[in-house]
Amino acid sequence: MPPRPPTVRRTSSAPRARRGALSLSAALLLASCGAPTSKAPAATTPAEPTIYTAAEVAAGAMGAPQGAPIQAVLTAPPLVPPPTNRTAPANVVVNLEVVEKTMPISEGVDYTFWTFGGTVPGSFIRIRQGDHVEFHLQNHPDNKMPHNIDLHAVTGPGGGAASSFTAPGHASQFSFQALNPGLYVYHCATAPVGMHVANGMYGLILVEPPGGLPPVDREYYVMQGDWYTVGKYREKGLQPFDMQKAIEENATYVVFNGAEGALVGDNALQAKVGERVRIYVGNGGPNLVSSFHVIGEIFDKVYFEGGDRFQTNVQTTMIPAGGSAIVEYIVEAPGTYVLVDHSLFRAFNKGAVGMMKVTGGDNLVVYSGKEVDSVYLADKAAATGAPVAAATAATAAGALTLDQQIAAGERLFAGTCSTCHQADGKGLAGVFPPLAGSDWLMADARRSVGVVLNGLSGPVTVNDQPYNSVMPPMSQLNDDEVAHILTYVRNSWGNKGDAVSPAMVAEVRKETPRSVGAAH
Amino acid sequence: MGAGQTIAAGLALTALVEIPGGTYRPLYPADPEQPVVEVAPFLLEAHPVTVGQYATFVRVQPRWAPGVPPAVLADRGYLGAWKVNRPADDRPVTEVSWYAARAYCAAAGRRLPTEDEWELVARASPTQRDASADPAWLAEILAWYSAPATAPLGPVRAGRNNAWGVWDMHGLVWEWVEDFNNALVAGDAREGGEEDKARFCGVGAISAQDVRDYANFMRVAWRSSLRGEMTTRTLGFRCAADLETP
Ligand code: HEC
Ligand SMILES: [Cu+2]
Repeated sequence: MPPRPPTVRRTSSAPRARRGALSLSAALLLASCGAPTSKAPAATTPAEPTIYTAAEVAAGAMGAPQGAPIQAVLTAPPLVPPPTNRTAPANVVVNLEVVEKTMPISEGVDYTFWTFGGTVPGSFIRIRQGDHVEFHLQNHPDNKMPHNIDLHAVTGPGGGAASSFTAPGHASQFSFQALNPGLYVYHCATAPVGMHVANGMYGLILVEPPGGLPPVDREYYVMQGDWYTVGKYREKGLQPFDMQKAIEENATYVVFNGAEGALVGDNALQAKVGERVRIYVGNGGPNLVSSFHVIGEIFDKVYFEGGDRFQTNVQTTMIPAGGSAIVEYIVEAPGTYVLVDHSLFRAFNKGAVGMMKVTGGDNLVVYSGKEVDSVYLADKAAATGAPVAAATAATAAGALTLDQQIAAGERLFAGTCSTCHQADGKGLAGVFPPLAGSDWLMADARRSVGVVLNGLSGPVTVNDQPYNSVMPPMSQLNDDEVAHILTYVRNSWGNKGDAVSPAMVAEVRKETPRSVGAAH
Repeated sequence: MGAGQTIAAGLALTALVEIPGGTYRPLYPADPEQPVVEVAPFLLEAHPVTVGQYATFVRVQPRWAPGVPPAVLADRGYLGAWKVNRPADDRPVTEVSWYAARAYCAAAGRRLPTEDEWELVARASPTQRDASADPAWLAEILAWYSAPATAPLGPVRAGRNNAWGVWDMHGLVWEWVEDFNNALVAGDAREGGEEDKARFCGVGAISAQDVRDYANFMRVAWRSSLRGEMTTRTLGFRCAADLETP
């Protein structure tokens, strides 16, 4: 990374001057945190810490590191280590272990991840500008690959990569001084680099400016990545990395924090009404640029590209592969806010959805109360819910019941079919035929399987009403999912029918000739 | 122990397979003017050295017993999982340093293969002597490279042998070669490599011959992460020998 060109030392630049405008709770926190800025009386403009350029830091302007070496606190996503609260550079020791391990990337889909610290993204590292860092990279003995680390926060050839090249069962050590403040990506840079990154070898390191970032009520760590598997989206089982798809930038999954559903349901980020939230957002890539957006929120501040200036009132911010941004907003109304890559097919069809659940008193002035995100939630978020997991587990155990299928099917239907056929199954007159009470549907289960797998077009008569339209094939669904959905629709809104088994779906899928490439 | 072994110098040696030689295009040619190298005919052991074979060697040369060699010749992991002598153990020996591997081959009257020799044979799939342009075969190798080594190693000669009649070039263990530290990828794989020729000679995607052969990239990266005294759980070796000219 080229060092930032030296600039004139400034004590209070435009963005930082805004620190006076803190919410009351933030100001109180500030008063108790012991950062240099807290010397000023609470809720007034605090004294601005001096800002140093990289060149000045390199020349020793911040002074020698002080005190005994400090072991850096590392956190697994979505958590962030506490502020360093230090007023001078320190000697900081970072221990990071590379672990290759198999974990779910989606419901019932496993992937062999290469990780920094056992998670994707890797452990969050938090240090302060001017710190002297002694970095230890350990490569677990069970690993198959050599790995290294390139920290974009490091000024020097390769960001530490050459000096951290480590064979399995070995460790290496290098040192650097953090010259530039900011939020930086780190990643593995071992050949083939794209593959190491595609397998999950990236994370974020925050270098706080002197005086830290303005206090907030909550901080979270979210990082997007694109994934390339041999099987198609949601195809069950252990899915190997697909080099060809990676070269073609044809992602199978685009997800936050290493797995579809990593920030959904019980894993959703939490906040309370009135709180100021800061999210450190990174994008590991390897290929895709993120259009990061939180549905129902406007970012009060975005420190774009992870630098030290911010833009205000931003709807969607662009995060390059190998880049970052810090976003902040105050959550004004309760409900579920959905994090997406606003390149929407990634959100709907590849998993780029996360959630923040905000609890607390309704703020009807700000928002009337209708669930803003029901459509978005319906799709992937709901599909990864407990009933689907229960049905998957039961299928694996060979003990799937009709009720489990119906429960799972209800969730999946809401995400996949209800936009057209409506939640009550009644469809829309003349456009989308009804499923509730449909003679066409109930007459032949196998035929309906075929409709879901391959779509339907041309004239069709349902309950004596003619339709002549197009239903696209729902090719993103796997056999289990199709079976659950059809079992649900054939047993809801007054319909009464048998269970549709995954085996029947598999048969129909096999019988259908497919054009080459249609499955992917 | 595998079939076709001979007893020499008190060691139970693996049968050698004759490789008639050929031309081979290294990923990082030592001399950029000569992208294709000529590999002379040579002999290569049909499978990696097994735990049982290595146990015999350790008995003959106790200075290579676990815990004995000095740290400059073998790191602390050397034969870390070693348990007494197991002459019938057919799994590949791992956790051996380059020095140890060389000592074994020397005791056998053989030598480690060069990187060019090893790679020439490694190009072969079960059906083709040069399968380096077969995407399916490359994908198969890559899949093995990508999986962590948490499961215990299986025996040698369990899979299919390749078109030369050699087993386990891929899918079981990584292997030492004589000149493992010649074709160094920079520790940082993206460097162009002008500065330090000795260490970073001709590295990075810019100078590589076939940027699509990712499996080969990984082997080169793997080798360059090593130093001679290092040992790992997935790194073994096999020996080669010169073909006697009649
Ligand atoms: C994009 C809109 C759309 C989506 C999404 C959709 N369908 Fe349809 N569906 C249609 C249309 C339009 C038709 C009628 C096609 C025609 O006229 O040939 C239809 C027809 C059908 C029929 C046959 C007619 C009937 O009403 O019985 C069935 C069964 C059916 N859909 C089931 C489903 C299921 C199950 C899902 C979810 C997996 C689904 N559809 C998703 C638009 C959709
Ligand atoms: Cu790596």
